Amino acid sequence: MPNELIFEKSRPGRKASSIPACDVPVVNLKEAIGDHLMRKDVPLPEVAEVDLIRHYVNLSRKNFGVDIGFYPLGSCTMKYNPKINEDMSRLPGFTGLHPYVSEKWAQGNLQLMYELEQSLCEIFGMAQFTLQPAAGAHGELTGVMVMRKYFEMKGEKRTKMLIPDAAHGTNPASSALCGFEAVTVRSNAEGGVDIDHLRELMTEEVVGLMLTNPNTLGLFERNIEAVAKIIHDKGGLLYCDGANSNAYMGITRPGDLGFDVIQLNLHKTFSTPHGCGGPGSGPVGVHKKLVDYLPIPRIIKKGDVFSMDYNYPHSIGRVKAFYGNFNVMVKAYTYIRALGAEGLKSATENAVLNANYIRVKLEPYYDLPYKRICMHECVFSGSRQVNESGVHTLDIAKRLLDYGFHPPTIYFPLIVSEAIMIEPTETESLETLDAFCEVMIKIAKEAKEDPELLHNAPLTTPVRRLDDVMAARQPNVRWTKE
Amino acid sequence: MDYNTHTQADQQKMLKTIGVSSLKDLFIDIPDKYKLKKMLDLPPALSEQEISEFVTALSKKNHLPKMILTGAGAYHHYIPAVVGHVISRSEFYTAYTPYQAEISQGILQAIYEYQTMIANLTGMQVANASMYDGASSMAEAAVLCVKTSRRNKIIMAKSIHPEYRETVKTYVETHHCDVVEIGFSQTGQFNVSEIEKALDENTAAVLVQSPNFFGVIENIASIEKMVHEKGVSLIVGFTEATSLGILKPAGEMGADLVVGEGQSFGIPLSYGGPYLGILASTDKFLRKIPGRLSGATLDKEGKRGFILTLQAREQHIRRELATSNICSNEALCMLAAAVYLVSLGKNLKPLAELNLHKAHYLQKRLSELKGWELVFKGPYYNEFVMRCPDAKAVNQALEKHDIQGGYEIGKVYPELKNCLLLCATEMLKKEDIEYVVDVIKKI
Repeated sequence: MPNELIFEKSRPGRKASSIPACDVPVVNLKEAIGDHLMRKDVPLPEVAEVDLIRHYVNLSRKNFGVDIGFYPLGSCTMKYNPKINEDMSRLPGFTGLHPYVSEKWAQGNLQLMYELEQSLCEIFGMAQFTLQPAAGAHGELTGVMVMRKYFEMKGEKRTKMLIPDAAHGTNPASSALCGFEAVTVRSNAEGGVDIDHLRELMTEEVVGLMLTNPNTLGLFERNIEAVAKIIHDKGGLLYCDGANSNAYMGITRPGDLGFDVIQLNLHKTFSTPHGCGGPGSGPVGVHKKLVDYLPIPRIIKKGDVFSMDYNYPHSIGRVKAFYGNFNVMVKAYTYIRALGAEGLKSATENAVLNANYIRVKLEPYYDLPYKRICMHECVFSGSRQVNESGVHTLDIAKRLLDYGFHPPTIYFPLIVSEAIMIEPTETESLETLDAFCEVMIKIAKEAKEDPELLHNAPLTTPVRRLDDVMAARQPNVRWTKE
Repeated sequence: MDYNTHTQADQQKMLKTIGVSSLKDLFIDIPDKYKLKKMLDLPPALSEQEISEFVTALSKKNHLPKMILTGAGAYHHYIPAVVGHVISRSEFYTAYTPYQAEISQGILQAIYEYQTMIANLTGMQVANASMYDGASSMAEAAVLCVKTSRRNKIIMAKSIHPEYRETVKTYVETHHCDVVEIGFSQTGQFNVSEIEKALDENTAAVLVQSPNFFGVIENIASIEKMVHEKGVSLIVGFTEATSLGILKPAGEMGADLVVGEGQSFGIPLSYGGPYLGILASTDKFLRKIPGRLSGATLDKEGKRGFILTLQAREQHIRRELATSNICSNEALCMLAAAVYLVSLGKNLKPLAELNLHKAHYLQKRLSELKGWELVFKGPYYNEFVMRCPDAKAVNQALEKHDIQGGYEIGKVYPELKNCLLLCATEMLKKEDIEYVVDVIKKI
């Protein structure tokens, strides 16, 4: 397929749109604005509508989504995105509403948001949720700001945040943005938090621990009770990175486990699509002692009437304009209403079943650093392939492309060398899992017999491996006419 | 209704392969005392038909007015049909961030084209793949300047959208940063002498917005020199992206960073989100700006391709040293904006002109009413502030006629009591404007 840019298809005079005739008296633009404030030209491409549509449809054909095939991208929960969610989110009553419409004209929206918050409180065992953050990392930042405010109000100066070595990169980045020094906690031999190290690091200078549970190895923190006690005994707060919530819904609740703050990723756990990287939604739930610090506005219900409440003087303030990614909330709400309590629990059970099935099927062929029952994902290492034939995890991932699968997350978590992190999700069938495992086994065999094949993969994609060094050394992030 | 695929027989077969006897055995790492003893207390599961009926009914509990006169950061524009068709391609909307470039060329090329269009429209050298929204984009730009300059004061015009200013304050608070707010003059434009006075060697950035919250177009060029003389960065924001069709790009007036809200580019109002944070900069910030960047490169056969690049800026590589923690962005909204801009093409200019004509006509007709006057004398695009006898009464009367009135700006600017911030876009017809005037006349 050709990959001409839209600019290269542009021909002066072509149009893909039309503007209504002006039905009011026109003003003299030079008088109204002034020449010095006006632009000379609109530098946009000129194409016909059919060119536009073919351009983007052909681009879409060079893109891989969940609707095309298996997408076992660890930590990203690429489950099937039910179509009814999309339809509901596009209802005109939702899409047409201005954010500053009077509350009485927005009762449907406010009810939906209120009920979504209530459902999340129940599912995660928290006292209150805010839906304002636009994505998981945005939720993290909000959650850490709430923790910071809590200590500020108590008059305590704490400067450090504990973060396990297996954590997502967003955790230390969010902490640093809140002015905290990120201190790394080691993992122990079985993939959990090293309790002794945690005890050593936890002092009254420490805000708390940002723990992903199950962690990025897909393992549940067995010592969660001890972890929570160590943090709380020193007056700290326990933060849960909720990216991996698909592992326990309906089985246990972070609030019951001792977590004080959690951020969710509705675009992972609650089936809203990722849209090539967004929009997401990152609600934050807190223990009752932190409720006052959540962002404003908050949604309240009096009788049957819903409204926005701005009167929380100790709130951290606002983390974005308006109220959050409403359209994403509609999808998550629809999903929760479809599944109910039983459905959420069985989603979790099947997600964990699928991950363990892959773990067991692939264990003979790839190194499994932590030989335990896993939760919603399993993490292998490509070290055996590196040692035996010089084939790296990247080569394995690229070879998977030739077989029509999206590769797992690779080289993460950082504590596993040549990591291959597989999260199948609950919506994949046994046949799909078997087909994927067969290909992974075949690739392990290819690695031994024909390593060059893997070094050269992929062979069948629209482009071959791209030169990322050149991309970074001579950045070309904007097209210019030669 | 659930979306599982396994039959009971499948489950049994899989449990056997794993070597456990029941699903419960898969959760042995969770201490028993913390396992839920009962089902979650949630509303009962519904069939697809029931959900459809229920959620549709909920959407109808909202009321869509027949006319919207409010802008204030979210604008009612026509969305060309092509936009919805392209973003409904599930190859796009069900994909993740394009980490695997070889099977993500579609979105990577679309991002590259979007970056190019935004850079060109704003007059900047670089634009990223998107931020959450205009407010957080402005806040991250401020943090970027504070962190890279190691100065801890920012100067922010009070004529910036109030919710943007609140967001900036939330973000910079953790950097022990002083925020000096600058008032506005009778033209509705920032007060140049106040900025001059506030500027010092400790200032990281000056933040302004144009058109500003009052709809007034700022004279960016008037402060460019004094800002840069002190080694300070100039951050220029906007909330109404269609204004780019007519206004001189901020990049041509010395902006170091341009941040704004892209909702007007083909994204529905949707009660405030998801929207599109635009962030563009000069080359100086290329290796420091937050967010994803798609770059052109070559594959091993010499064919042009696209890849996420300069990732050393980002949190997953740099962790606590990253300038931002952003990971997910608003990619699908970016795609909508890209399609919108390709669809509009050169028509972005006549569209912007149409907005300007409608707004000026609405303003003119309202000015003819007794007790109504235009508050600010500065040039404006499609929004303006009017003082009237009783702003609340006007909005109530309009509401009775199924019209969402103006934004009661006195709520956030006490000095603008009984003033309405009004907006007219291409969606408003002449007869609508006459109807609005008639309704107000009868109060």
